[in-house]
Amino acid sequence: MMKPNREVGIVGYGAYIPRYRISAAEISRVWKMGEDTLHLEEKAVPGLDEDTATIAIEAARNAVRKAKIDPQKLGAIWLGSESKPYSVKPTATIVAEAVGATPHTTAADWEFACKAGTEAMQAAFGFVGSGMVQYAMAIGADTAQGRPGDQLEYTAGAGGAAFIIGPREESMAYLEGSHSYVSDTPDFFRRPSQHYPTHGSRFTGEPAYFTHSLMATQYLMDQLGYGPQDYDKVIFHQPNSKFPVRLAKRLGFAPEQYEDGLLVPVIGNAYAASSALGLAAVLDKADVGERILLASFGSGAGSDAFSFVTTELITRGRNPLPGVADYVTRRREIDYARYARHRGKLSMY
Amino acid sequence: MTKVYVVGIGQTPVREHWDRSARDLAVSSVLEAIEQAGVEKADAIYVGNALSGEVAGQEHLAALVADFAGMAGTEAVRIEAAGASGAAAVRMGCLAVASGLQEVVIVTGVEKMSDLTGPAVEEALVTATDEEYEAIHGLSLVALNALLMRRYIYEHHVERSDFAHFSINAHKNASNNEYAMFRRPITVDAFVNARMIADPISLLDSAPVADGAASLVLCSEKVVGERANSAVEIVASAAATDAMALHDRGNPLFLQGVYESAQRAYAQAGIGPEDIDLFELHDAFTIMGALSLEGCGFASEGEGVRLGIDGEIALEGRIPISTMGGLKGRGHPVGATGVYQVVELVQQLRGEAGANQVDGRLGMAQSIGGSGATVVTHILKSP
Amino acid sequence: MSLARHWRLQNQRYRLLGVQCEDCGARLFPRRQVCPRCKSQNLQRYQFGGEGKVYSHTVVYDAPAGYEGFVPYIGALVELEEGPLIAAQLTDVDIDDVQIGMPVEMVTRRLRQYGEDGLIVYGYKFRPKLKEAP
Repeated sequence: MMKPNREVGIVGYGAYIPRYRISAAEISRVWKMGEDTLHLEEKAVPGLDEDTATIAIEAARNAVRKAKIDPQKLGAIWLGSESKPYSVKPTATIVAEAVGATPHTTAADWEFACKAGTEAMQAAFGFVGSGMVQYAMAIGADTAQGRPGDQLEYTAGAGGAAFIIGPREESMAYLEGSHSYVSDTPDFFRRPSQHYPTHGSRFTGEPAYFTHSLMATQYLMDQLGYGPQDYDKVIFHQPNSKFPVRLAKRLGFAPEQYEDGLLVPVIGNAYAASSALGLAAVLDKADVGERILLASFGSGAGSDAFSFVTTELITRGRNPLPGVADYVTRRREIDYARYARHRGKLSMY
Repeated sequence: MTKVYVVGIGQTPVREHWDRSARDLAVSSVLEAIEQAGVEKADAIYVGNALSGEVAGQEHLAALVADFAGMAGTEAVRIEAAGASGAAAVRMGCLAVASGLQEVVIVTGVEKMSDLTGPAVEEALVTATDEEYEAIHGLSLVALNALLMRRYIYEHHVERSDFAHFSINAHKNASNNEYAMFRRPITVDAFVNARMIADPISLLDSAPVADGAASLVLCSEKVVGERANSAVEIVASAAATDAMALHDRGNPLFLQGVYESAQRAYAQAGIGPEDIDLFELHDAFTIMGALSLEGCGFASEGEGVRLGIDGEIALEGRIPISTMGGLKGRGHPVGATGVYQVVELVQQLRGEAGANQVDGRLGMAQSIGGSGATVVTHILKSP
Repeated sequence: MSLARHWRLQNQRYRLLGVQCEDCGARLFPRRQVCPRCKSQNLQRYQFGGEGKVYSHTVVYDAPAGYEGFVPYIGALVELEEGPLIAAQLTDVDIDDVQIGMPVEMVTRRLRQYGEDGLIVYGYKFRPKLKEAP
């Protein structure tokens, strides 16, 4: 189990979800695939002027305001995403500049499919825990891609969540421990210069999502000496509505433990922001002293599991800062034509 | 200081001249003006042009015009002040002659816009605004004027349709001007239903950008000699600036540059707005017409649009504007427009305006660059 | 395409960094070297908060080149809480819902890109205020 010598935790966090939504019924109207197979109501769609950088910037700004720290004290800005605006040129420096963390800081983009955000978070715990920096920010943000007509098109959403990692005594939730489980499993990938990812359909399930998430979670719980009954809330990666629920049940979790963090029915799968947004939603509602389990999943494949306990600082900044629920309820439904335009699926030139 | 007279005018029709370039248009108008003036050479050619580099990759336009007008060797310089380029060139000509340093000068305004179409036109026009703080936000020149119009409607409790009278007047007057682009009348209905470019500005609020060139021959008292009895005199030439960007103006709805420029011109001529018999204003957009009337003292703030509603801007009204069609009806070849305005004033003051003849002694022309940052005003007196 | 032309404006575009006149107190955006009100050259950095009200607005249908992909979009003059007007687009709002006086807040969005292989320019836009202070 991974845990730094110095006690660390989350000292601030922030979320962002774009305003636009397309319903599963509307996508199904075009592709006639049947809208209920994935149990999704609708998904978030970025605006014409949004991308991973702008999504990350708003999440990061919310995190800085929540943490009430001087952004100049952020020793690292790390962004995990699979939809970077530039293939070469860090998105993290754009975010760092926008939140006022430059220039004496480190910044980088991380890649591990849908767990790039938690991977950055894990590194941030180590970075702060080692005493190398006072605070580090880890962000998961994506404008998820899915090929038109593919099953992924029903789920590929957008959003971002940012976490500022710092010393335990300043934390809203402190870290009990973390564990990662990875293997070379090509369940889902996107080659360079390709717009849309390729996935192994049912192969993404048992050998990929379930095995890795289960192993990381079970190992972490075993190491901590906890069982499912010890957790108030649990969040898994949410590629669709079925997988995280089935996974939770297999691990022995009840609906009241996983429902707060289950956003996929209303925003879709925000890839690197998926489980991170779930954690933000849980923290938004958590009371003091709640134990929270987070396990991300990234194709390719791996899972990062974390165990947190909320502190008496957990309600800091809950109002007036916008929380996940504020972004979920801010919604403007669009039709498939407008969705196609927003996602660059209409070629103007 | 010597007096400055206009002894020759020339203009090409304002059109989409697909088959003619900027040099062709400019040279045609120069030749016409010098023929009328009966001069064979000039001390200088001042060429007003806003966008030849942007449109055709041709900077250094003045030397080219001099060369192709058969006047290589003559001093020539291009004057750029966005939509006020032509008027600024007229002012350069006035300064040169009034100072006594030059006796005869040619002023040409030329613009060739039709080599650009669609979004490229808006991209070129928006170079007249603050690139870093207006244009980068996708705010076209039309959009900036639309922001003014929306605020005007809000603050002064008027309707969009109240602005129709500026365009109706312009089109009506243009129909009798063979050089004008739009020689057909329009109705309030057509105005109200016109396609939006930048809401609340529609196609029928906006002057069409087009191709054209106009020229003047200016000369000193000494050269004009006996012809002074038949020559139109430029009795005032004034320019002023305002903050470049709309957002940097204290009160965006009052065009301070228009006010300053007009006041300076009135002071030079020793007159006030009540003495002006006709006014060629910068009606690139209907809102600019209203704001110009207010800034120049023909109406108080919020009342400019009333002059249109009440018919005061018509040929027989209190202050006739756009008497040969204005920017809206004659067309707006951007950097040439200021010279067209002066050419038209000369036509009026000589009694050559035909069906649109206004009975008057003093005419004013005013050109605006950008959304109001450069304003150049001239007052001309009949012989 | 000039890269430096946009890079050098990041403080203004990303963070609304302006100046305050130390002599007359005027708060100015964008920054200037001379105060237009009192002509003082004693101007210090001033961080604007990003909140304001719509002063005027328009819907752009005929866009300049580079912005065609966004039409119809909303342009506005926003009156910042600290005083100055600022020109920007409004985003995340429907055309019919925009009104003069509407409270708005700054967000960072894509302003434009120079083709698929060119620079993406990010900067301020404004959207309806997401959440009122309690």
